Amino acid sequence: MSLSLQILQHVPVNNYVLLAAMLFCIGVFGVLFRRNTIIVLMCVELMLNAVNLLMVAFSAMHNDPGGQIFVFFIMAVAAAEVSVGLAIMVLIYRNSGSVDIDLLNKLKG
Amino acid sequence: MSNYLFYILSFLSIFSALMVVLSRKPVHSVLYLIFCFFTIAGHYILLNAQFLAAVHIIVYAGAIMVLFLFVIMLLNLNAETEPHKPLIIKGASVVTGGMLLVVLIATFKSAAMSVSSPEFNSDLGMVESLGKVLYDQYMLPFEVSALLFLSAMVGATMIGKKEI
Repeated sequence: MSLSLQILQHVPVNNYVLLAAMLFCIGVFGVLFRRNTIIVLMCVELMLNAVNLLMVAFSAMHNDPGGQIFVFFIMAVAAAEVSVGLAIMVLIYRNSGSVDIDLLNKLKG
Repeated sequence: MSNYLFYILSFLSIFSALMVVLSRKPVHSVLYLIFCFFTIAGHYILLNAQFLAAVHIIVYAGAIMVLFLFVIMLLNLNAETEPHKPLIIKGASVVTGGMLLVVLIATFKSAAMSVSSPEFNSDLGMVESLGKVLYDQYMLPFEVSALLFLSAMVGATMIGKKEI
């Protein structure tokens, strides 16, 4: 227990903020960088996890379980989002024979 | 010792997150993403959120990643069929991500954050304390998330059908 007891005494919260910012930016970068829709969805998951990590860090900082409860709800929403998103992706693949995100511009005005 | 653990875990999570974006085969991306989720679970344990670490591994590495792998293998995606953006858009996305990171770092650098409460409760992330809060204060959101799951289930089944 003594290992995790003082993690925020050894590592400042700013380091966790930096780490979460980096993970979030990698997620944004991946969404812009890739054309495979499944990998874009994976990068969205990465961004969600960056926010989760930040929320757990602040929860430990303030000694408040509310932040961890919110992470719990975000996980539930992410699971629902992924299941519907992958179903949509299979439908797109069945209709157009590809998961290229640049082909999905039919709704463009 | 625990700060070395933090830096090792941070390096591993950032490296695997970058490899998710940069690896050519989609299956490799998924495997790196699983690894990244395990390192984030390590961060949760380090931050004294043991229950969340267990739930994170079960939900992400157990459920979501299996779904991703299943879809990638179902669609038979590999490096040859992988579409790539033109070079100028790739450069623009690197610049955009870097600029966003610079803005975020500049914003948070001046923020003074320190551990406010001196008393420390190591049972904070255990099932008992989280369950008390969840079923007491957050009862309504918990029930609403059940509704969300029902609608997601119905939606996924409807979308996945052969003809709508």
